[in-house]
Amino acid sequence: MESSIIKMKLFKSIIGLFVFVNLSCSESSKEIVIDFWGLGSEGEFVKLLIPKFEAENPGIKVKVQMAPWTAAQEKLISAFASDNLPDVFQLGNTWIPQFAQLDGISELSEFIHSSKIINKENYFSGIWDTNVLDSLVFGIPWYIDTRVLFYRKDVFEKAGFTSPPKTWNELYKLSKKIKANHKGEEKYAIFIATNEWANFIIFGLQNGAEILKNNNTYANFSSDKFTEAFSYLVNYYKEKLTPLGVSQVTNVYQAFAEEYFSMYISGPWNINEFKKWMTGSLQDKWSTAALPGPNENIKGVSLAGGSSLVISQKSKHKKEAWKLIEYLSKPETQIEFYHLVNDLPAVKEAWKDSSLSNNIYMKAFYEQFNYVVATPKIPEWEQIVFSKLQQYVELAARNVLTVKEALKKLDDDVNVILEKRRWMLSK
Amino acid sequence: MKNAESKLDKYKTGVSAAYLFLAPALVSILVFFFIPVISAFIISFTDFDIYSLGSYSNLRFIGLKNYIDLFNNPLFWTSLKNTFYFVLVASPLSIFVSLGAALLLNSKLVRFKAIFRLAYFIPVVTTLVAVAIIWRFIYHPRFGILNYLLSFAGINPIDWLGDPFWAMPSIILMSIWKNFGYNMIIFIAGLQNIPEHLYEAAVLEGANGWQQFKKITLPMLAPTTVFISIITMIGNFQLFAEPYVMTQGGPLNKTLSVVQYMYQEGFRWWNMGYSASIAFVLFIIIFAGTMLQLKIQKHSA
Repeated sequence: MESSIIKMKLFKSIIGLFVFVNLSCSESSKEIVIDFWGLGSEGEFVKLLIPKFEAENPGIKVKVQMAPWTAAQEKLISAFASDNLPDVFQLGNTWIPQFAQLDGISELSEFIHSSKIINKENYFSGIWDTNVLDSLVFGIPWYIDTRVLFYRKDVFEKAGFTSPPKTWNELYKLSKKIKANHKGEEKYAIFIATNEWANFIIFGLQNGAEILKNNNTYANFSSDKFTEAFSYLVNYYKEKLTPLGVSQVTNVYQAFAEEYFSMYISGPWNINEFKKWMTGSLQDKWSTAALPGPNENIKGVSLAGGSSLVISQKSKHKKEAWKLIEYLSKPETQIEFYHLVNDLPAVKEAWKDSSLSNNIYMKAFYEQFNYVVATPKIPEWEQIVFSKLQQYVELAARNVLTVKEALKKLDDDVNVILEKRRWMLSK
Repeated sequence: MKNAESKLDKYKTGVSAAYLFLAPALVSILVFFFIPVISAFIISFTDFDIYSLGSYSNLRFIGLKNYIDLFNNPLFWTSLKNTFYFVLVASPLSIFVSLGAALLLNSKLVRFKAIFRLAYFIPVVTTLVAVAIIWRFIYHPRFGILNYLLSFAGINPIDWLGDPFWAMPSIILMSIWKNFGYNMIIFIAGLQNIPEHLYEAAVLEGANGWQQFKKITLPMLAPTTVFISIITMIGNFQLFAEPYVMTQGGPLNKTLSVVQYMYQEGFRWWNMGYSASIAFVLFIIIFAGTMLQLKIQKHSA
């Protein structure tokens, strides 16, 4: 008898719980919740920008989730496979072709046409271009980066250079000079890491090389122009102007501070690290410069990097998601974001802010952003450069293969990777 | 008759109860093991990749092409060679070291056994990434303590992880240091299971320490050794984390292991079909290795 009373009570309370849950659900369903995934520190800090957006847009709540960069692509692709992509998310702009190919992200032209805030003209054209596939726009640049030359001013002066090199030839002469000044010491002029493919692609693109041909279905590394750029860089290993092993430089900042090398091609993510290591008397002994070009007449291009904001194809709240993108693309939000995480704003207007225009290290970046180009926009790109290009760079740098052999084999390997793409296009 | 029937009934209900209790485990093995393994086996005959993930119409059944490509790929053979190098060198060394440590710790002369046991076991439970950071400093060509110590013997600095010849030995050394504690504990348990009276009898017969070791300890440890060598071999064939955090497979792919190659193909480049075929080749190798080892041990026993 007693037990049945208890059962009854339990039953009632369970029913009560259900009613309560239902009520609270219907209450919150008046406002729309959009999911937003950010990567790394961007995902961490963007949370601080959300309250203002929610205040401006009553009825929209944003749920921010952070994914670490190292597992980002795996996480996003698995989310796609299980239909769990968030409404808005951050994508490294080289990943856009992959997600567009998967049909995982929405085409945004319609939104852009009717937007008062987002307009192609507000962005650096090279950066904008990384989001465009066959004249369809899949992402809006959020923050941007590119690679420039970090260099030691004092070492340059000792070598008789008052300004950074403007051409490949000057860069080479300067490197020889620096190496000669360090005679007898185990020191180098520049650090061209064999596991950083970007250097090789940058120099190839600077030289006007077409890296993949026939609508990106065949490799073209053995073209004359790429060969020229590639052997120019490999020569730095042969003449010991750059260290060969990657493990010799565990800490690039420390090595830079010790003059182990005096030049390094890298991006804005390293500025604060360099500041941390170049202290005391070294504080004003370094700077940044736009990259040299193949000759006086050609500006040296660099890579268009950074992250974009995209809307998932299956999102039920695309309009609200777009509002969030617009909010994050306002110049004032972009500056705030720069102050939070030091990511360079994608919107040109934001660069007029004194925190950027007065920053001596930023000048080179601003200059360089006007000369950035996208890498070939195909899903296979990262596999090509990380698994193949870097492999043959190392083989050529260590003199296991000649430049010609290395590039021929590279072409063969890449053509195998591109077989599926050729089949897809012929369908 | 009646009695027997009821016994059978009892047995029957017993069996169904057993199945009931086993069900959760069986279901989870089925769902999380057999289904994925079978689908992976099917996938290994397709060119499943990022395009197929977008739409299954981009999936092609390609028969044995993945396997043929695999056997024609020098990188696969390189990774296989590296893995065998690791298995054949690291496994016996690691077993010797564990056995040695176990014998020392089991000796009556050693004091503070618990502390030593703990000290030797700590690397096993330490996160590999933390260990790798320390070992990268130990191996550092310019500031590393290893080169510093060698310099007293007049040996020139060696770029341990950056030199194609030394990279694998360096990984092996670190991996043995990290893992021998685990086998050591099993060996200690095996040693403690050897009845004391055997040694007493041996002493009475006038056997010296070496003879005791050869005639009593080793034979009595044989089952433990079989178990450990199989477990170690299987574990070593699955070499992944050490090179992944220390060298990423470099320099010149000299530390690229089969599992790492499989991981790269599958989860970095999304060539799932190809990656699945690597998994099955590795499975067959490990299976064959285990069978071979069991056979040899049976033969010698």
